[in-house]
Amino acid sequence: MITVLNYAVIVASLAYAAWALVAVVTGRPPREPYVIGAGVVEILILLQVVIAIVMMFVDGAPDETATFIGYLLTVVVVLPLGLFWALAEKTRWGSAVLVVAALVIPVLVVRLDQIWSAGAA
Amino acid sequence: MSEQAAHRASGPGRLLVAVYAVFALAASARAGVQIATKFDEAPLAYLLSAFAAVVYIVATVALARDDATSLRVALVACSVELVGVLVVGTVTVVDPGDFPDDTVWSMYGRGYGFVPLVLPVLGLWWLRRRWRANR
Repeated sequence: MITVLNYAVIVASLAYAAWALVAVVTGRPPREPYVIGAGVVEILILLQVVIAIVMMFVDGAPDETATFIGYLLTVVVVLPLGLFWALAEKTRWGSAVLVVAALVIPVLVVRLDQIWSAGAA
Repeated sequence: MSEQAAHRASGPGRLLVAVYAVFALAASARAGVQIATKFDEAPLAYLLSAFAAVVYIVATVALARDDATSLRVALVACSVELVGVLVVGTVTVVDPGDFPDDTVWSMYGRGYGFVPLVLPVLGLWWLRRRWRANR
C-alpha cells in the first residue's frame, strides 16, 4: 500500500461523510451529485486496492493475509452497497446511510495500514 | 400512519438495517478468520464470535423484511443480542481470562466504539415503534 494514498482515501471518505451529513441535517435524500462523489471516493479506493494486490505479489503478503484480504474486499464493496441501499430511500435517512457507509471506510483503511505495516511474511 | 411509514426498512429503519449489515459483515469476517486460522487457541471465544455473527445476520434480514414473522424474529434476535452483549461484556470486564481473544461483544463492544451495546437498544426501540404503527 502507498501511505499517501491511504491518507487521500481517508480524507476523501471523511469529506464525503461530512457532505452527506449536510443532507441529513437539511432533510434531503441523496441525489445525483452524491453518486458522482461516491464514484470519486471509490476510484481512490480501487487504485489503492489494485496497488496493494500488485505489491502483495511482488513483495509478499502481510502476516495476517486472510484478514488483510477480507478488509480489502470489504473496503471495495462498502460504498457501492451503501449507495444501493441509500438511493431507494427518498428521505434524509437515505443520506444517513451514506454517512455510515463513508465512515466505515477510514476504519477499514486504518486496519489495513496496521496489518500492512506489521510486515510481510 | 401512511403506507410508507408502515414499512420497517424505510425512514430510520433504513439506517438501522445499514448499521446492522455492517456489523453482520464485521462479525462474520472476524469469526471466519478466527475459526479458519487459530480455532485451537480459544475455541469458546471463537464459537461465540460465530454465534454473534449469526445473530447479526438474522437481525439484519429480519429488520429489512416487513411481514409479521420477521417482526418476531427480529424481536428475538435483538433481545438475544442485548443479552449477549451484556453477559459477555460483564464476564470480560470481571474476568478476562475466560475469553483470551476478543469477540464483538467483549468489554461491551469497546473495540467497536460501544456500538454493539447501543445497537440492540435502537433495534428494540424501532421494533416497538413499528409494532404500534401496524396496529
